[in-house]
Amino acid sequence: MITRLGRWVLSRLRRFLPEWLLTAPSLLWLLLFFVIPSLLVFTVAFRPPDPYGRIGEGWTLDTLARLMQPSYPAILWRTLRVSMVTTLVCLVMAVPAGYWLARQPASRRHWTLLLVILPFWTNFLIRIFAWRTVLHPEGFLQTSLVKLGILSSNASLLYNEGAVLVVLIYTYLPFAIMPVYAAAERFDFQLLDAAQDLGATRFQAFVRVFLPSIQIGLLTATLMVFIPALGSYAIPDLVGGPSSEMVGNKIAQRVFTDRNLPHASGLSALLALAVILPMVIAMVVRSRHPDKVPVEREKGGPREGGAQG
Amino acid sequence: MESILEIKTVNKAFGAQRVVRDVSLSVKRGEVFSLLGPSGCGKTTLLRMIAGFERPDSGSILLDGTDVAQLPPNRRQVNTVFQNYALFPHLSVADNIAFGLRAEGKPKIEIQEEVHRMLDLIRMHEHAHKKPSQISGGQKQRVAIARALIKKPKILLLDEPLAALDLKLRQHMLLELDRIHDEVGITFIYVTHDQDEAMSLSDHIAIMNEGVIEQLGTPAEVYELPKSRFVAEFIGDTNLFPGKVASVEGSDYCHLEVPGLGKILAYQDRPVAPGENVTLSLRPEKFNLSREKPTVPSIQNLLPGVVDTIIYMGSETRYVVRCGEFKLNVLRQHNRCLLEEKPITWEDSVWLTWHADDGNILQSTNGTPATTPNADSAP
Repeated sequence: MITRLGRWVLSRLRRFLPEWLLTAPSLLWLLLFFVIPSLLVFTVAFRPPDPYGRIGEGWTLDTLARLMQPSYPAILWRTLRVSMVTTLVCLVMAVPAGYWLARQPASRRHWTLLLVILPFWTNFLIRIFAWRTVLHPEGFLQTSLVKLGILSSNASLLYNEGAVLVVLIYTYLPFAIMPVYAAAERFDFQLLDAAQDLGATRFQAFVRVFLPSIQIGLLTATLMVFIPALGSYAIPDLVGGPSSEMVGNKIAQRVFTDRNLPHASGLSALLALAVILPMVIAMVVRSRHPDKVPVEREKGGPREGGAQG
Repeated sequence: MESILEIKTVNKAFGAQRVVRDVSLSVKRGEVFSLLGPSGCGKTTLLRMIAGFERPDSGSILLDGTDVAQLPPNRRQVNTVFQNYALFPHLSVADNIAFGLRAEGKPKIEIQEEVHRMLDLIRMHEHAHKKPSQISGGQKQRVAIARALIKKPKILLLDEPLAALDLKLRQHMLLELDRIHDEVGITFIYVTHDQDEAMSLSDHIAIMNEGVIEQLGTPAEVYELPKSRFVAEFIGDTNLFPGKVASVEGSDYCHLEVPGLGKILAYQDRPVAPGENVTLSLRPEKFNLSREKPTVPSIQNLLPGVVDTIIYMGSETRYVVRCGEFKLNVLRQHNRCLLEEKPITWEDSVWLTWHADDGNILQSTNGTPATTPNADSAP
């Protein structure tokens, strides 16, 4: 019995040891710099604040209670709304861009892809400050719009939710285009011919064949835009105003102004849940996606069971 | 039989390259019509114009009497089986087959019935719920056919449908295609570069080369009476004898003077005049090969030769026989047990005979009309 168990353990070990050795470094990294810090953030939310800005002794549920304060649901809802609109606009723009990129001849495709990632060569903050210049009340855009009579002179392009949205979309669009392009590039465009041949219009072919075929790319693009947008802090801070604060700004405020780390932790935990939840949903969708194997199993199942019984 | 498809002087160019040049043909209702040619001959472009993926630069394509040349693919009653099947990877076999009817917005029950009927036809009920990635190449092929046939097209276009399959499966699918054609009775237009596929399936074959149809006829016609050097060489093996008409014998025969071989008697497939330059094509299996000199009637040709190469292939043996300045391909079917006789071996002296009727004087050489005697006797 023992030798059998020993042999079983050995065989398991032999089978999975290489796999473990390969994954160990990344697993360790994730554990040290993601799992443990996340747990720390979650625990700090249950500690009392200290008047000097440190974490106090003992445990308390005060912070959680304070998270219920009336201004938060509005900010949380705004954060979600702004992130969702950003994601949606990015997707709507990325799909035709990805489609077009994938249909380009290889030589031109490399240049156009380079153009997509070109903005990353300039520092993120510098690009936001550039937007501040563009949208500034005395900037080129506003003065010309006022001159053309499209905008009244006391309207502002800067320091509102619109500005936050524009800069968010600008910043995250490449992150949407890349996965959509990667999926579209693997797409067999002959399938669109086939769909049209079977009587579908161009639009029908696009919706019923192209979009479902790149759904993994769409899902990745959604996560790549939605999650960072949700946690954005610098953009609403620099181009937004008091009416367009997001959760990220509140966290920063709790840390730097109020020096209340437990409260900031509580907000962070809330945001983290808002990020992890859609990821879990996406993973469930993904694991269901590959093929409808279960249908076949159901069919074959009883017959196999019968034979065994 | 009336024709279902009429193509009239269709032209198509990509840039400066004229891919299809003044092609005209007509396809009869219910037949299997093959477009055969080497890659780049324009056959696929012609098919894509019939399907609607390309528009001809000029000419008309009449489908059942109406010109469809300028209609998009979704408005033609023509469906295609693509070379790599082009099945929708995200849809199951049944959903792939149903796609065409769903796009039309047919009622659910009707779609279900039709899909059921199609699964019957291709005998794939047990795979209906599988994704294309879970079935084999031959099964994908059948799904692609069912998906196209469910639309009840006037013509089914098949673009090199068997090219991606291995030999055994290809032979099996040929029979399968033949069965499906017999069952549904729809006109098939079959594009291929494989002469065996074309020969075994088709009622008519159009042989294309460099954008033009070199010859159009039944499989037997294009094999036995190739019009041009290209057709003679593309379909099967052949021996070509370029020569000059020495004398005309009555209304049916003529003597050819073939430099490096001698005088040979040939049937006049077209009227020839003494002094005219012609090329005679003779298929390898038309020869009779013997060790002893046979006594032959005057209507047969007799030539001595020496065996150069022997390739034994089981059902037949290919010989290369040196004959004058020519190396001739000779094919001998083993309709008798080979082991009983003393085999012909390398460097044996042999006699070749063939009936004058079995040679075929080509209409033209390389697609251009045969040169007239006047033009050629100039030097």
